[in-house]
Amino acid sequence: MSGIRRIPWMKYASASNFYPLANLLVPIFMSLALVLAAIGLHLGFFVAPIDYQQGNSYRIMFIHVPAAWMSMFIYLLLAMYAVISLVWRVKMADIMAYSLAPTGAMFTFIALLTGALWGRPTWGTYWIWDARLTSELLLLFLYLGYMGLYSAIPDRQRASRAASFLAIVGAVNVPIIYFSVIWWNTLHQGSSFSVSSGASMTDAMLYSLLLMVFACWAYTIAVVLRRAQAIILERKKVALWASQISKK
Amino acid sequence: MHKMLWALFNRDMTLFMQRKQDVVTVLGFFLIAVALFPLGISSDPDLLRTIAPGAIWIAALFSTVLALDRLFSEDLDDGTLEQQMLMPVPISLMLLVRLVAHWVITSLPIVLLAPLMGLQFGLAFNEIAILTLSLLIGTPILVLLGAIGAALTVGLKSSGGLVTLLLLPLYVPVLILGTSAVSSTMNGVDVTAHFSLLGAALIVSLVLSPFAVATALKITLD
Repeated sequence: MSGIRRIPWMKYASASNFYPLANLLVPIFMSLALVLAAIGLHLGFFVAPIDYQQGNSYRIMFIHVPAAWMSMFIYLLLAMYAVISLVWRVKMADIMAYSLAPTGAMFTFIALLTGALWGRPTWGTYWIWDARLTSELLLLFLYLGYMGLYSAIPDRQRASRAASFLAIVGAVNVPIIYFSVIWWNTLHQGSSFSVSSGASMTDAMLYSLLLMVFACWAYTIAVVLRRAQAIILERKKVALWASQISKK
Repeated sequence: MHKMLWALFNRDMTLFMQRKQDVVTVLGFFLIAVALFPLGISSDPDLLRTIAPGAIWIAALFSTVLALDRLFSEDLDDGTLEQQMLMPVPISLMLLVRLVAHWVITSLPIVLLAPLMGLQFGLAFNEIAILTLSLLIGTPILVLLGAIGAALTVGLKSSGGLVTLLLLPLYVPVLILGTSAVSSTMNGVDVTAHFSLLGAALIVSLVLSPFAVATALKITLD
């Protein structure tokens, strides 16, 4: 136990320790994101071969798939931080959860938008009420609900706890919503399209996709840490170290 | 404890009954919302039959959200809610009693009116029976889930729109189960599975939701 305890997990749960660490990490991850995205997009748009069925339009996948993954990972992460903030009352966890939400909502929106743009040439329509599209849309509403509740409550303590609780209720419901939507979709059988393409990928496609996923992660880390820093400064206006940073 | 819970139930019923205006508003909303579907879409009987389950269910869903506004607000304003939280009864039980009373007053009339709506949309009698049964099992789930949203937002200015945004994603599974039970009946498909799932959802939410509402209220009153 004592060995485990020596790892300073909780050190960065303190805002005054977190702030300089974030200062260090943000530029690293932001440049990492830019480099990875540059290589990934180059591979995806110029090196990867043209798809014999879908033509060039499949290339939107290099943005769409990472965005869709991120939208789901970030919600899970948000719910985890919400648990930590509710159960152990770690304030930093709440700040992290709140910082994750806008980025998660943005990725959900990008996934929906790029999905629609890809659907037009591939399926002949911008939108079909497919199970995945519908549950992604509902995920967007979950993000909006979290942010809406958080900003609607004037008292910060109550806002943080209420929104965290909502995020957890939402996370419990996500699988139920997902399976009910799949069930609904199979009942209606309105479309004979299948979103999953069984096509095998060439190496260039795979590498490009992987690079883009890592780029999205790096971008998320950088942006979320920066947003958390801004929230800390806003909340800790009275703390000496924070007011000194603000004055610079 | 039984006496205390029964007294609570009577109190809640009496208070809800005294606000007849609220009940009339919710029912009126339900009726007009259903009536707007044919006006907005078409009076074609075949089309109306197709959209009937969805139209009636969606109207019932919004009526539930509308009624939730009054679930805790008045008791919060005059301090009754905080006193009730201190009673020697588990808060979750106290809330369950409140939710049952709320359902009887605001949702049961909707369930009872649903057959009339079904007739307006040209449903057959067995389809109307399935529709009513699905609402009878489904609306308690809506109230139980909705109370979580109501507890989180009670006392906030302009909470109406917010509570809708919070709850509608959570209502999707219930809506899907309820409407597809009716449309499956129309297509001659067996609906045992629908009702098994609806029943399971009701049981799970009956067990878990009062605790979730209690947690949410504690956060609100903290």
